[in-house]
Amino acid sequence: MTEKVETLIEIKDLTFSRGERKIFDGITLSIPKGKITAIMGPSGSGKTTLLKLIAGQLPPDSGEVFVEGLNVHQLSRKKLYQLRRKMGMLFQSGALLADLNVFENVAFPLREHTKLPEEVIYALVLMKLQAVGLRGAKEMMPSELSGGMSRRVALARGIALDPEMIFYDEPFVGQDPITKGVLVKLIKTLNESLGLTSVLVSHDVDEVMMIADYICVISEGKLIAEGTKEALLNESTGYVNQFIHGLPDGPVPFHFPNVSYTDDLEGVHTGKRGLK
Amino acid sequence: MSGFQRFLQNMGQGFLEKVAAFGRGSLFIWSILAAIPSALFRFDLLLKQIYVTGVLSLPIILMAGLFVGMVLSLQGYNILVEFNAEEAVGSMTALSLLRELGPVVGGLLFAGRAGSALTAEIGLMRSTEQISALEMMAVDPLKFIYAPRFLAVIIVLPLLVLIFNALGVFGGYLVSVSWLGVDSGAFWSQMSSQVDWQEDVLNGVIKSVAFGVLIAVIALFQGVNAIPSSEGVSNATTRTVVHASLGILGLDFILTSIMFN
Ligand SMILES: Nc1ncnc2c1ncn2[C@@H]1O[C@H](COP(=O)(O)OP(=O)(O)O)[C@@H](O)[C@H]1O
Ligand SMILES: [Mg+2]
Repeated sequence: MTEKVETLIEIKDLTFSRGERKIFDGITLSIPKGKITAIMGPSGSGKTTLLKLIAGQLPPDSGEVFVEGLNVHQLSRKKLYQLRRKMGMLFQSGALLADLNVFENVAFPLREHTKLPEEVIYALVLMKLQAVGLRGAKEMMPSELSGGMSRRVALARGIALDPEMIFYDEPFVGQDPITKGVLVKLIKTLNESLGLTSVLVSHDVDEVMMIADYICVISEGKLIAEGTKEALLNESTGYVNQFIHGLPDGPVPFHFPNVSYTDDLEGVHTGKRGLK
Repeated sequence: MSGFQRFLQNMGQGFLEKVAAFGRGSLFIWSILAAIPSALFRFDLLLKQIYVTGVLSLPIILMAGLFVGMVLSLQGYNILVEFNAEEAVGSMTALSLLRELGPVVGGLLFAGRAGSALTAEIGLMRSTEQISALEMMAVDPLKFIYAPRFLAVIIVLPLLVLIFNALGVFGGYLVSVSWLGVDSGAFWSQMSSQVDWQEDVLNGVIKSVAFGVLIAVIALFQGVNAIPSSEGVSNATTRTVVHASLGILGLDFILTSIMFN
């Protein structure tokens, strides 16, 4: 790596728990500006939670998140909302507003945050819908869209205010191969044409390998690997190998943490009637 | 651990959870109240909620008001006629409606019709990440979602209760005058001499505003705290109706004992 890369998002020693469970246990990573960074990990590893921590929707137990040098969790509500205008987030479900049609969903951030005249809003919305290939669906309601279409509309909405960074939460899950291809291409072209910084959370190794510049792998609350995709592909042992090559068991256990199987069957810990 | 220790532990934990829930509830109400001024500037949102909660509840309120008034005057007539006082049936119907049955029955119906819908809507918006999406688009859900709904409920319920009462009196008129032959002039004059503006009408309105606050707080709180799954949302919806109904009946007793003693 010879080129000098600027850092946009910096996560320092972040910990976060849900009840008794430590979801993150001291994660430190940085996300470069203008690139596509993928954060990978098995489901339930806290990928969605990490995005919400970065966007300040959840407070961490300890540690810091800096976006453009601002400590997200120390900002006033007003400053935080200002920062969020520079962020777009594509939720797992699309999260379109159910009572507005496609056009109004994309127009929504423009109407809420700008005083643009109606003609300008119309032109901007059409432009964004054109970028995701759904100009023809502008009159449809969210309930009439397929999963892939919802995500593309959500993407158009996410870029409506020309954000500087965009977060994708598992964009490929539950999509057919063609839609996956469309989304891969969209994420790539948007990143290049709009000069965005993209953060992609996913466990779809194949798709991530096609577009990501950098990859971070998290597991059990820790960052276990970080680097360019070439570097990770060459890894042949441990977690990363298991994850990238989709092996069912390995350093990342197949079983959720539990007491031993025989103890459980005999009812040792629960005191319930077991097989004894 | 002995059974007694475990009992104590459960008691303590249950108590702490209640205190925590109460704290969260109060905080939530405060933040909604703080957002109301800015909600007033969004007249478009408020108007839409008034339509959704109010206009769509009209049919059930109209029908129920009519029937309640009819039943009241029928029963009233049967009792009053024994004392040769059947002309008082108009004032009896109006007083029962204005003081108690209008706010209480109207409130119960409204909790079932609009309160449950509110909880379900907000629970669904949360489980489909629409609320998170609003936050990410830098739109404050307090100002955009919660405050307009809170305000709409408080504005709409007193109006619905007044309509309920009017229809009830009309129903009473139909039964006692048109059907049972009570003198029309006596029906109205008895009513207007017995009904006191402040004591009966105003107190009824105050009651319905109080019930509106109660329903709005419960419905919003349950929606926001619903577990984001279909089962969680349906449980929260049920809780809204149950808590709001019991709350209305309890609060009604308290208000009545303050107002009419
Ligand atoms: N609202 C919540 N309340 C309690 N636990 C949650 C909540 N959201 C997520 N979790 C738990 O946090 C862990 C991480 O969740 P998530 O970030 O959604 O994982 P991922 O997106 O990687 O699949 C999971 O074990 C999940 O059960
Ligand atoms: Mg997730």
